[in-house]
Amino acid sequence: MEKVMVKGTEAIGEAAIRAGCRHFFGYPITPQSELPEYMSKRLPEVGGVFLQTESEVATVNMLYGAACTGTRVMTSTSSPGFSLMMEGVSYMACAQLPAVFVNVVRGGPGLGDIQPAQGDYWQATKGGGHGDYKLIVLAPSTVQEAVDLTVLAFDLADKYRTPTLILADGLLGQMMEPVTFPEFRDLSTLPDHSSWAMTGAKDREPHIITSFDIDPYILEKMNLELVEKYKEIEKNEVRWEEFMTEDAEIVITAFGTVARIAKSVVEMARKDGIKVGLFRPITVWPYPYEPLKKLTEKVDLFFDVEMNMGQMLEDVKLAIGDKKPVAFYSRMGGVVPTPTEIYEALKKEIGRRV
Amino acid sequence: MRKLLYKMPESLSGKEFTYCPGCHHGIVHRLVAEVIDELGIREKTLVVAPIGCSVFAYQFFNMDGTIAAHGRAPAVATGMKRARPDLYVFTYQGDGDLAAIGTAEIMHAANRGEKITTIFINNAIYGMTGGQMAPTTLLGMKTTTTPYGRDAQKDGYPMHMCEFLKEAKGVAYLARTKVTTPQDVEKTKKAIKKAFLAQIKGIGFGMVEVLSTCPTNWGMDPISAMKWLEEKMVPEYPLGIFVDKVGDEK
Repeated sequence: MEKVMVKGTEAIGEAAIRAGCRHFFGYPITPQSELPEYMSKRLPEVGGVFLQTESEVATVNMLYGAACTGTRVMTSTSSPGFSLMMEGVSYMACAQLPAVFVNVVRGGPGLGDIQPAQGDYWQATKGGGHGDYKLIVLAPSTVQEAVDLTVLAFDLADKYRTPTLILADGLLGQMMEPVTFPEFRDLSTLPDHSSWAMTGAKDREPHIITSFDIDPYILEKMNLELVEKYKEIEKNEVRWEEFMTEDAEIVITAFGTVARIAKSVVEMARKDGIKVGLFRPITVWPYPYEPLKKLTEKVDLFFDVEMNMGQMLEDVKLAIGDKKPVAFYSRMGGVVPTPTEIYEALKKEIGRRV
Repeated sequence: MRKLLYKMPESLSGKEFTYCPGCHHGIVHRLVAEVIDELGIREKTLVVAPIGCSVFAYQFFNMDGTIAAHGRAPAVATGMKRARPDLYVFTYQGDGDLAAIGTAEIMHAANRGEKITTIFINNAIYGMTGGQMAPTTLLGMKTTTTPYGRDAQKDGYPMHMCEFLKEAKGVAYLARTKVTTPQDVEKTKKAIKKAFLAQIKGIGFGMVEVLSTCPTNWGMDPISAMKWLEEKMVPEYPLGIFVDKVGDEK
């Protein structure tokens, strides 16, 4: 396959179309507006539907409606927009509706700014909306990976009948990189949803899709069904990358854009003879607790780097417990740390511990 | 020979309604079901229930159905219709759902000319939550959150959805009716049919607002409630056909 130079947001859009997505609903918000713009141009070319919505609240409910019919459907937004979608995401999780969301995270909280950040990790992985639910959350760190994970997101959403989230950030969204796109998915090979989807009750009992039951014992059964599903996802879908961890004495933990910067830090440290490695969760839910825990056997220090106040840090600590120390470095508000500043912070941390 | 003159419409599931005595939801449900039967579209129709007393509507209609988040039924219906333009989609919404929390969704679905049908029940009060002020509550009307009566200075004025929506170019059919007399029931049924035909013919958005009673939360017996509707609600909410691009039925 031929490599093409493409911007992160547009790459995600093209990947979605190749994955068989023909329906996109979205509302403009920086720094992801290139994605709906791309879809508005591209979807009509392949017989698809693009609709610019009146709000993110409407968007998520249009996704709910389209997903009810068993159609592959997607939206993208940025932090404040994703907050507005939370009620609908919770409904979709409970109603077991597949759909793909993209959150190109910007600085927050509140209006924040439009620069890259990772402050929505908790919202993405710990709930965000009301009630007991989880999203499958994929965190790409390169444009190529954003393409690959977009395709995977549709497959996982369909397989588990659950909303799936691509947790990107403004840097990845705006960056251009050479990528290879997958072939176009033959639409006739998309998963069969006829056993549950709302397609018209012809020669069968009506299909009812709700996130509701007034009887607490029935609702609890629905809750337990979700719990079982989430256990299954935790068992099957944990994904992560390790970079130079074989002999590492220090391991940096980071996800998304920061993990990519951290790779340079690993290389800088190695040149100086310091054995540093990188552990990068690709699924931030389900989180790779076990593989990270395994590293505690040979690693002396974990160094978590994020563009937030220490959100994934909680999961890192959950994995590592009190077995080994965990240090933390971060920038916030849309400030992207440089490899040099992370390396300096790491060296300071090592100095403190000698 | 005995002849069958009246039966349960196929588009109703037969499940017993959960509505209070004297409530008009039951009449309107039946009318919608009769229209869907007559149009022969039950097997291709999707129902979007709201949040409110009619949250259970998806159980009463014999067709594929769901419940939208509060106020978002027009957005859910839009998603369905855009994904499956070959199917027919209708929302069934109350006044809190459609005229308060869901105002943006109904306005934009109507203005886009979304090919969906909306049945709007206006009973001037929140039923499910126990009788709070609705956007359509009349001035002076006492509710659990307007214990001194609705005061325009403090609470604003009753919301006239048909009068707002009639300006939207995407609207193909729009009417306000009531079901307090057999003649009104017939008129409402005709209006509902036209609102569906607007969708079937692909002309645009169709909505029927039905003025309805809520004896329980109005604190009245069903007959007094009908009378109150005639005397108080009709002057505030004039009946009529606001938009009709469907034309005469064949």
